[in-house]
Amino acid sequence: MKRTKITLAVLFAGAAITGMASGIAAAETVAPSAVVFNEDGAVEQSLTGAPGDATEGAKVASTKSMGNCVACHEITDLADVPFHGEVGPLLDGAGDRWSEAELRGILVNAKVLFEGTVMPAFYKTEGFNRLGKAYTGKAHEGEVQPLLDAQQIEDVVAYLMTLK
Amino acid sequence: MKNGIAALLAVSTAFGASVATADESAELIVNGEIEMVTRTAAPAHMSDSMDEVISGWVFRSDQTQEMQQDDFDNPGMIWVESAMETWETAEGTENKSCADCHGDIEEMAGVKATYPKWNEGAEKVVTLQMQVNDCRENRMGAEAWGYDKGPAIDMEALLSSVSRGMPVNVAIDGPGQSTWEMGKELYYSRTGQLDLSCASCHEENYGNMIRADHLSQGQINGFPTYRLKNAKLNGVHSRFKGCVRDTRAETFSPGSDEFIALEMYVASRGNGLSVEGPSVRN
Ligand code: HEC
Ligand code: HEC
Repeated sequence: MKRTKITLAVLFAGAAITGMASGIAAAETVAPSAVVFNEDGAVEQSLTGAPGDATEGAKVASTKSMGNCVACHEITDLADVPFHGEVGPLLDGAGDRWSEAELRGILVNAKVLFEGTVMPAFYKTEGFNRLGKAYTGKAHEGEVQPLLDAQQIEDVVAYLMTLK
Repeated sequence: MKNGIAALLAVSTAFGASVATADESAELIVNGEIEMVTRTAAPAHMSDSMDEVISGWVFRSDQTQEMQQDDFDNPGMIWVESAMETWETAEGTENKSCADCHGDIEEMAGVKATYPKWNEGAEKVVTLQMQVNDCRENRMGAEAWGYDKGPAIDMEALLSSVSRGMPVNVAIDGPGQSTWEMGKELYYSRTGQLDLSCASCHEENYGNMIRADHLSQGQINGFPTYRLKNAKLNGVHSRFKGCVRDTRAETFSPGSDEFIALEMYVASRGNGLSVEGPSVRN
């Protein structure tokens, strides 16, 4: 049988090209270093000030070069996307289990809520060990972009809220 | 030959995927005679992290597993044959071959199982490739081979092939201990923007799917490995480099002190498993 080989190198390739939300939204965008967590590991303030788009969020969650959440999580709603991972819990019902603010916190930096988790922080630009230049294996130079931009985080939060 | 029902059950856990995962109870016997230990009790130094160590072979699909069961089906053996020629070819200012000093290749059975190890003369831990280069430079007067490059990997595969079935037995105490400690620290250090360590994937998540990949324990008893992905033999340091790169980190180089130490540590995590190289992986 022939298997489709998906290399990890392209798991999260999106960050280099996406950058921050632009235009009018930029004025209201909360920078990664300015995000405020409450004592429960949740982030109450929207990163963009505007509601996220759940359809876009589903795309971010399932696309290899964007969030690629399915690399680690199974999501029944995205069953037409091949190869869901088992590293993290099933995300069905995430919108019941968590509030919008909690989901935002998990996405920005899951380690605040889940100490020592393997889930990467998707909206974080500081404090890395041997940070590379995307998937080249070379050292990173210049400004660091988060894995997802503010709009993409809000879109994924909106999508997760539909998983009831 | 394999238990089809077990394989099917394994597949059903890979949600939405038609990935053929391995029959985890299969046994590896090469050429109908070399019985490999693919699962065994973890060495004592790992007692606080896991009970059992498992060869990467166990996690591969039935088809990939089968390719390693017979040398005629194992594409890695082509390079073993070419290294056999090199073994007998005189080179360098001394005009000597490996065979001139070491005799028959079978004399080298058991060597691979103990590397990397402390070298008295060099006063440091050396990998098998470094030892081979030492012979080339200092006994043959020939040029050193590049780390993990064609001829070096082929020779490592040849040396491994004659140790197949013997237990990996890397010493972790004595003068090499500080190198081993450094390797251990690297193993547990998270790197890159994904902030993952070797342990994040190969200790905490072996047996789980990560996208289309079935995570193994990341053991190196099967190296060099022939990979279907790039259709050639792959070295340990090149594999480490790929895994570190995939955390979106700046990697270390093949042959670096860091990867020598990491190789020593990872090899010792497989103490008790059989030497399998050249193995077949996807
Ligand atoms: C490298 C693996 C990995 C990736 C990639 C990943 N996660 Fe996670 N995630 C985890 C793990 C593991 C946990 C469980 C938390 C823990 O460690 O205890 C988790 C927990 C969660 C939870 C809470 C689980 C629950 O109880 O419902 C949510 C929600 C979540 N992740 C969403 C996402 C989204 C959305 C993405 C992509 C933008 C994503 N994750 C990417 C590994 C991952
Ligand atoms: C993001 C997840 C991830 C991280 C982190 C990671 N690896 Fe891997 N590794 C993989 C995947 C996926 C494979 C291919 C499937 C397998 O054999 O487990 C692999 C394969 C391997 C193999 C080949 C095993 C075989 O039998 O062929 C070795 C050796 C290995 N990794 C060692 C390491 C070491 C050492 C580190 C840390 C420096 C590391 N890995 C970090 C995902 C990872």
